Amino acid sequence: MANEQQAPAETKKTTEPQPSKRRFGWLNEAIVPLLAILTAVLIGAVIVFVSIPGNKLPTFDLNIYGSRSDWFFSTIPERLRVTLSAFTGLFSGAFGDWTKPSTIPVAISNTLVESTPYILAGLAVAVTFKAGLFNVGAEGQLLMGALGSVAVAAFMPQWFGVASLPAIIHLPAALLAGVIAGGLWGIIPGYLRAKTGAHEVITTIMLNYIALQVMDYLINGVMKDKSATLQRTPFIHENAALPRIISKATDPSLTGGQAYPRLFTTTSSTWDLRIHMGIVLAFLMVGFIWWLMNRTPKGFEIKTVGENPEAARYAGMSITGTVVGAMGLSGALAGLAGTSQVIGLEYNLKAVFSSGLGFDSLAIALLAKSNPIAIVPAALFWGALRTGAGAMQVNTGISINLIQIIQALVIMFIAADQIVRWIYRIKQAEGGKITFNRSWGK
Amino acid sequence: MTANVVPALEVRNITKQFPGVLANDHISFTLLPGEIHAFLGENGAGKSTLMNILYGLYDPDEGEILINGKLAKIKNPADAIGLGLGMVHQEYALVDTLTVTENIILGTELRKGPVLNAKEASQRVRELSEQYGLAVPPDAIVGDLPVGVQQRVEILKALYRNVNMLILDEPTAVLTPQEADDLFRVMRELADQGKALIFITHKLREVREVADRITVLRRGKVVGDADPKTASEGQLAALMVGRDVVLKVDKTAANPGDVVLKVRNLNLRDDRGLTVLDDVSIDVHAGEVLGIAGVQGNGQTELVEAITGLQALPSGSIELLGKDITNRPPRSITEQGVAYIPEDRKGTGLVLGYSIRDNLVLSTYYKPPFTKGLTFNDPAIDENAKELIATFDVRTPSATTTAGSLSGGNQQKIIVAREFTRKNRLLIASQPTRGIDVGSIEFIHNQIIKQRDAGLAVLLVSAELDEVLALADRVAVMYHGKIVGILPIAEATRERVGLLMAGIQEQPNGK
Repeated sequence: MANEQQAPAETKKTTEPQPSKRRFGWLNEAIVPLLAILTAVLIGAVIVFVSIPGNKLPTFDLNIYGSRSDWFFSTIPERLRVTLSAFTGLFSGAFGDWTKPSTIPVAISNTLVESTPYILAGLAVAVTFKAGLFNVGAEGQLLMGALGSVAVAAFMPQWFGVASLPAIIHLPAALLAGVIAGGLWGIIPGYLRAKTGAHEVITTIMLNYIALQVMDYLINGVMKDKSATLQRTPFIHENAALPRIISKATDPSLTGGQAYPRLFTTTSSTWDLRIHMGIVLAFLMVGFIWWLMNRTPKGFEIKTVGENPEAARYAGMSITGTVVGAMGLSGALAGLAGTSQVIGLEYNLKAVFSSGLGFDSLAIALLAKSNPIAIVPAALFWGALRTGAGAMQVNTGISINLIQIIQALVIMFIAADQIVRWIYRIKQAEGGKITFNRSWGK
Repeated sequence: MTANVVPALEVRNITKQFPGVLANDHISFTLLPGEIHAFLGENGAGKSTLMNILYGLYDPDEGEILINGKLAKIKNPADAIGLGLGMVHQEYALVDTLTVTENIILGTELRKGPVLNAKEASQRVRELSEQYGLAVPPDAIVGDLPVGVQQRVEILKALYRNVNMLILDEPTAVLTPQEADDLFRVMRELADQGKALIFITHKLREVREVADRITVLRRGKVVGDADPKTASEGQLAALMVGRDVVLKVDKTAANPGDVVLKVRNLNLRDDRGLTVLDDVSIDVHAGEVLGIAGVQGNGQTELVEAITGLQALPSGSIELLGKDITNRPPRSITEQGVAYIPEDRKGTGLVLGYSIRDNLVLSTYYKPPFTKGLTFNDPAIDENAKELIATFDVRTPSATTTAGSLSGGNQQKIIVAREFTRKNRLLIASQPTRGIDVGSIEFIHNQIIKQRDAGLAVLLVSAELDEVLALADRVAVMYHGKIVGILPIAEATRERVGLLMAGIQEQPNGK
C-alpha cells in the first residue's frame, strides 16, 4: 500500500493546468493559427516594402541619390506609405472602403461569396482529418458535385419532356444530385482504402484527374451549350437555382432567358449583391458537422477511428464502415460546395470552373485545426484575401501573387507550428495536436 | 573462471528511474571476453533499459560502466561502437533496397578519393563472413533475404566496425527454430574467437543451450545468477516469474456451473507460416477462473483475440453459451456478454487523448441510456463516469481529465470499470495487472474474484505465474501454441507449471 501515499501527489500534478485550460481552451487552440497569420502578414509586408514597383517611387537617379542604398533609404517614407496602402487596399477590397459606406455591402458580399465554397470544402477535408484520413480529393469531389447538379439543374425537365419543373422538386433534386455525385466520388477512395489498403492520398489525386477529364469531356460533349462560343453548359433552369439574397432583377438576355430568383429585389446598385443562399447552406452544414462530431455516436466513431483505430476495433466499431462513411460524407460536402457554386452563383458550368478550391480547402482545414466552427473564420480569411487582392492590385500595383505568398506562408507556419512556437515562445499545449497525418506512415 | 582476466565490460550499480517505475535498480555484472552471458527476464524486467544504457541511448541516474577496466562515458551509440560495443536490435536497422555489402559499410565507407572503394569493401565483408562462419551473399539485395540472413547482416555490420562486445536483444524472437540453431552456432563461434556476447531473451531452452552464464532480472533488479549446466529450467522459470511480494487473494473454493465458453480445435498460422495456435481446445465454466500460464508469445494473445473476434480464424469453433460465435464481429460478441481486458492497455484498451468520461463508454456509447435518439445523453454519460470513478476508485482530478495523463494503475481501473459493469457472462482478462502498482493489482484481483463469485466464467491470461496461481481454479499451460496441460489448482505447483511452461512434457503417469 506504499502507493497510497503517492497517488494523491500524482493527481495534484494534473489538477493545476485544469482551470486555465478549460476557461481559455479555445484561445490555446487558436493562438498558433492566429500568430501564424500575423507572422505571414508581417513577412508579406516586408516583401511589399522591398519590392514596390518602380512607378510608385521616385526614379533612381545617380546624380540625386549617389548610390542605390541611399536611394533605398531616402524612399523609406514613400515605401511605408505604399506598404500601408497595400494592406488598406486589401482591407477595403474585402470589407469595403469605410470612408465610402456605399462600397461596403458589395465588398462584404463578395467576400462571403468567395468564402462559401471554402467553408463547405474545408469542412469536407476536416471530417477526414478527424478520421485520420487525408482527403486530397476535395477538388475532384467538388467537380463531380458541380457536374451532378448542373446535369439535373439544366437538363432534368427535358428528361421528363416538360418545359420546366416546379422549384419545390427541381431545386432539391439539383442539390441532391450534387451531394450524391460528390459523395460517390468520396466513397470510391474510402472503399479502396478500407478494403484494399490503397492509400487515399494516391487514389484521391488520381480521381481528381479523372473528374477533371470527365468534366472536360461532358462540357465539350453532351452537356455543351451548342449556341455558346465558350466551352460551357447551358444555363440552368430558374427553378433549380439557389436564390440570391438581395439583388437587382436578372437581365434575361445575359442568362439564356432565365429569370433567376432572389429573396429581396432592389434597384439600388449599392445592394445589388451576388451573395446567395449557398452561404446559409454552408452555415447549416457547419452546425450539422459540429453536432455530428460532438453530439452523436457516428461522430464519436469517426473521431475514435482517427485517434486510435486499434481501440476503435476493440470497442466494436466498424473501421471499414467508418472510413467509407467519413470519405462519403467528405465527398458529399465537397460536392455541395461545387453545387452551390453552380446553382447559386455561376448558373452554368464552365471548363475553368474550380481553380483549385478543393486544394485551398486543405489549407483551410489545417488552419482551423479541423474544428468545424473554426472553419468559418479560416474560410472567411481566405475569402477576404482573395476578394481584397484585386483592390490591392489596383491601389498599389502590387501583384495579386502577394496573396498567394501570404497564404503559402500561413500554411507553412501552421504545418511547421514549431517555428511559430519558437518565435513567440509558446509551450506545446498538451494533447492539442491534430492527427491528420496519421495515415501517412502506415 | 580465472580471477585475473580483465572483464571486457563491468557494470556497477546502474540505476535508472522512469516516471513511476524504477527500471533498473542498482544492477551490477561483469562480462568476460569469450563468454556468452544471458540476461533472462520477463517483459518489463528492465533488460532493454539496461542494454539501452550500455549502448548510449539512455543516461543512467547512477552507476558506472567500465570497459576493459577503464571508466567509460557512453553518450550515444557512436561512443559505444567506438569503445567496441555493438548491438543488434530486435528491429533491424537495414536498408531493404541496398545490397548486403552496402548495408554493412553504410556510414563507414572505404573511399578511393571521392569514389567508393567497392572492391575492397566487398573483400572485407567476405573475409569477415568467412572468419566467423556467417554465410551471406554480399551482393544480394537485403529486402530479398530471409529474416535469419538479415540478422547475420546486422551482426556483420557490428563486426565490420571492429566491436569486441555484442549485445543481441531477443535475437530469436523472429527466427524459426532452424534459424535460431544457426544463430547459436554463430554465437559460439564468435565467443570462441574472443568476442564477448550479451544474449537477451525470455526463452529458457535457448539460455541453457547457448549461454555460459545467466543473470536473471526481475522488476529492475538482479534476482540471481545461475550456471546453465546446473540450473534446471523449472528453477529458472521460478526465478524469472517469481515475485518478492506474495500476492494473497481472499477467495473461497470455486463453485463451477455449466460450460460458458467452449473452444474447439483452433488452429492458426502467422504470416510466415509458423504455427501460432495448435489445436487449442478449452472449456470455461460459470463461476470458475481458468488461468492460462505460459511464457509470452506462445499463442495466448491470438487465442484471446480469436475469442473476442479480433483475430479471424481459418478453422475451429468457439461457442458462447451454446451459441456459435466463431469469426463474429467484435461488437456482436461483446453484446452477447463478453467483457475483455486487453493486454495492451494504452494501444487497445483506451483512447489516451479522450477524457475518462468518454473512455468509460467506449464500448457502450451507442446504446441507451448513453445515446437517446440520435444524440448523446450527456447527463447519463456524466453520471456513469461519476459513479464508476467512485466505485472503482479511479484517482483523478476530474472526469474530463484525459486518460493519457493517468498512471497505469488508474488507466487499468478505467478499463475494468467499463468492462465489468456491462451484463456479462464471460470475462477475459489478458495481462490485467502488467506494469501497475501493487495497490491497483490487489484491487483488480479482488474485482476478478468478485466477478467469478457472481457466476461469470473467467478466462485469465497472464505471463506472471504468481498471478495465475493466485487467481485461477484451473491452470492451462500454453507452449508453442498448444495447450500442454490443464491442472486443477491443487495440483498446480510452481515447479510443475514451470516445467510445462518450458515445454517439458510430463511423463504419461504424471497426469
